[in-house]
Amino acid sequence: MTKISDYRGHTARENVERALEKAKSVEEYNALLSLTEVRALERADMVDRGEITGRLAGVPFVVKDNFLAFGAPTTAASKMLANFNAPLQATAVEKLEAEGAICIGKANLDAFAHGGSTENSAYGPTKNAYDTARVAGGSSGGSAVITALDVVPFALGTDTGGSIRQPASFNGVVGVKPTYGSVSRYGVVAMASSTDTIGCFATTAADAQLVMEVMAGRDDKDMTTLHEDFYGAEQVKPGQKIGLIKQFMGEGTDQEVREKILAYAEKLRAAGHAVEEVDLPIVKHTLAMYYIIVPAEISSNLARYDGIRYGYRAEGVRTLTELYGRSRDEGFVTENKRRIMIGSYVLSSGFFDAYYQQAQKARTLLIREYDELFETYDALIGPTAPTPAFGIGENTNDPIKMYLADIMTVPPSLAGLPAISVPAGVSQSGLPIGVQIIGPMKSDARLLALADSQEEK
Amino acid sequence: MTAQDILDSYEMTIGIECHVQLATKTKLFSSADNNARDAAPNTMTHPIDFGLPGMLPVLNKTAVDLAIKAGKALNSKVANVSRFDRKHYFYPDLPKGYQTSQMYEPIILAGYIDAPLENGESVRVRIHHAHMEEDAGKLTHHSDHSLVDLNRAGTPLIEIVSEPDIHSAEAAKAYATELYRLMTYAGVTHGDLYHGNMRFDVNISVAKKGATELGKRAEVKNLNSFRSVEKAAEYEFRRQVALLEAGERVVQETRGWDDAKQVTNSQRSKEDAQDYRYMPDADIPPIVLTDEYIAEVQKEVPTLPYEYREIFSALDVDRSVIGVLLSNQDIAKLMLQVVKSDKSTGHHAEIIANLFTRIKPHDPDTSNESGDPENKAIGLLVSQHAESHGDGKIIADFIDVATMFNNEEISSNAAETIFLSILNGETDPRQIAEAQNLLQVSDEGEIAKIVDEVLADPASARSLEDIRAGKDKAIGYLVGQVMKKSQGKANPALAQKLIRERL
Repeated sequence: MTKISDYRGHTARENVERALEKAKSVEEYNALLSLTEVRALERADMVDRGEITGRLAGVPFVVKDNFLAFGAPTTAASKMLANFNAPLQATAVEKLEAEGAICIGKANLDAFAHGGSTENSAYGPTKNAYDTARVAGGSSGGSAVITALDVVPFALGTDTGGSIRQPASFNGVVGVKPTYGSVSRYGVVAMASSTDTIGCFATTAADAQLVMEVMAGRDDKDMTTLHEDFYGAEQVKPGQKIGLIKQFMGEGTDQEVREKILAYAEKLRAAGHAVEEVDLPIVKHTLAMYYIIVPAEISSNLARYDGIRYGYRAEGVRTLTELYGRSRDEGFVTENKRRIMIGSYVLSSGFFDAYYQQAQKARTLLIREYDELFETYDALIGPTAPTPAFGIGENTNDPIKMYLADIMTVPPSLAGLPAISVPAGVSQSGLPIGVQIIGPMKSDARLLALADSQEEK
Repeated sequence: MTAQDILDSYEMTIGIECHVQLATKTKLFSSADNNARDAAPNTMTHPIDFGLPGMLPVLNKTAVDLAIKAGKALNSKVANVSRFDRKHYFYPDLPKGYQTSQMYEPIILAGYIDAPLENGESVRVRIHHAHMEEDAGKLTHHSDHSLVDLNRAGTPLIEIVSEPDIHSAEAAKAYATELYRLMTYAGVTHGDLYHGNMRFDVNISVAKKGATELGKRAEVKNLNSFRSVEKAAEYEFRRQVALLEAGERVVQETRGWDDAKQVTNSQRSKEDAQDYRYMPDADIPPIVLTDEYIAEVQKEVPTLPYEYREIFSALDVDRSVIGVLLSNQDIAKLMLQVVKSDKSTGHHAEIIANLFTRIKPHDPDTSNESGDPENKAIGLLVSQHAESHGDGKIIADFIDVATMFNNEEISSNAAETIFLSILNGETDPRQIAEAQNLLQVSDEGEIAKIVDEVLADPASARSLEDIRAGKDKAIGYLVGQVMKKSQGKANPALAQKLIRERL
């Protein structure tokens, strides 16, 4: 697969034309919802004329279609925003463009990023890069697949409970979910404000490091961005203490997945790091916390899609209530509505304390358990997902089973921790398996350096 | 029992929620202009106010500072940590589907204000808390459609919630008026009532005097004048007493005020009250304020009405005169300087205070669409004066006017004329008096001559007879004649004395 550095010997136009051509040749995967061809070529020529320079000059990339970006509508893979043309761009996109990177298209996702397979897209599922009968993972499935198919060297995603790491694992690429608050959320369609993060897919840890370094940093437009600059590239620290999370190496996890993780642990040991099993007992409650807090925030963040000012509005309505009801009913997919209903329920008066407040308290306990582990360990590892990519349609009628696919990625999200997924090999049937590396707050660059040191060069 | 007896057997209990629009340049969470009063619809909106996807709030620091100042005016503790929450409901003027407000941890904690009553006493009303929040937009309804204007969406407000400590319509009006003064003096709001800078929601219940439980309350929403607060309370009291006397129930509901008819109308029943599904707003970190920072901001709060009141009362200034002085912060400020420069133990200050009452400063409650011209005019005049003649000049001139009046060199009418001239930019009262021929004649010989002429006039015969018959008031006519002949310059006291000597 090509790396960012492989694009440097060519003109921006060559890079962009090649990427566009390749994108068109892999349409069967349904990884992209739109190409931003005209704008991409214009910007390529600007780079070639020397009007834009930078660390990513002339390097093509793709954004998940929940980033506000010029050149094509920002649909969030929903009917609700089918024709929404953004009047401004997300800070992350602006920062990449300022370094000369060129967005060539917008990737498929579960509508409004609700899902773990990209099957909830209003525009059909994205297919796995290794097996078109299987899911891409999600919600950033399109971005993962387009990177895995070598159309672009990196793509942007959002990760609220695993939406970058899990598809990265399913498609054999590197996926980064940064420390909460490292990258501005401004201009990215909100899902759950307290866990939404902006990250990327790349083919190597070093490329991911570069992309994250460009995007990270305080943004006055997002009050939750951190003030410190902690994304500078780091060298791998020798002799690290690494914990292997016991709870994720048991029966719920595929045998093959467990083997690959143990093999990765062996490799770390061989490199002089100490790896030992650690206990994180509270993780068994994290899905329960997640599916209270996140739907609550979703129900709130999606309240603005009411058919009044922009977005989908149902035809032939006669009353305001009907306008709201039908626009939202027709503009959202089933999973959106399921989460809005769960969220509205747990926030209702009389239930708020029992659900939302209780979940927030449990979340504090989770953070404390992590803190205690990080007093001893530099990083934690485990599988990114309990299984390799499952079949398209396999879990669509069983939301609980679908939610269980997130069980390993959700805990770091609730705690705000940085977590990355890196390839750990391929199953016997040829499906990629990912290992998740989790670190304390702001250890992002260190985790990427560790992953980099384990890559075959 | 008479109707009045029946009314007297009940007591009303009132709590007031007041929305105060903060005097910021920009909105609470966006850089859009906060002064959208005359702008075309939807031109004063940022994508944040429009609730576009991906937009995030950026808290306006000035709004926080103004809330801190409001805290001082309300004798409240300002919270070291406060947070924003989301209040959810669907309405076309609410772009995000929720209002960003403070439900659980407001910025201003418990406090109180003392509202002066007509009789010289005051009523203490405790403040439960005050919280920051954003305003919604506006809807206008047309025959087959409604239009949304989001210019006002995102305007910063604080909502001041009182305890139910008010038990009369007069006290309700006094509370509203004092709240207005406190908020305008502290610079928290521009206080343009006509444009809804302060809106009062009045919760009223009635119960038999001595009853241990309060009655069901009705909330009269969106009152924007002190008088309407008073009138709505009076109306509700009578309405609710009448219901109870007729054996009916008072329904807990929201009512509106019809200013033309001076009645309240039912708007919606609380029984179909919405569940706002409050939740913390994770997009806005908590507002963390150190005691040092709070103190630093509150240091900027100028003299507040109750402080002025104390100073002026110490001068024996009449209560109604104090009321007038306080109706305009510029006047109060000026008077404070007068008091400080006055060497006559307050006597001159009192004269100047009385002069101010004669030029009828503006009453904010009667403000009209053009704002409050007189209010601004006086402030403007004073600052223009200071600009061209220096800060202390106007004060010195005022004291000169008072001194001349006190020494009977000028009449009270002349004092007023000179006073207005000074406000309009002239200086040196003595020169003004001379130029306008306003100095009184106190030369006995000169006045005696005129008195003799008047008394010799046959037209005075009748008055002279009356006076001799004991009708002393008739002397006024004769003094008047002397004043007329002297073209207003004679010292009337001296004239009277000379007339009496000649009777």
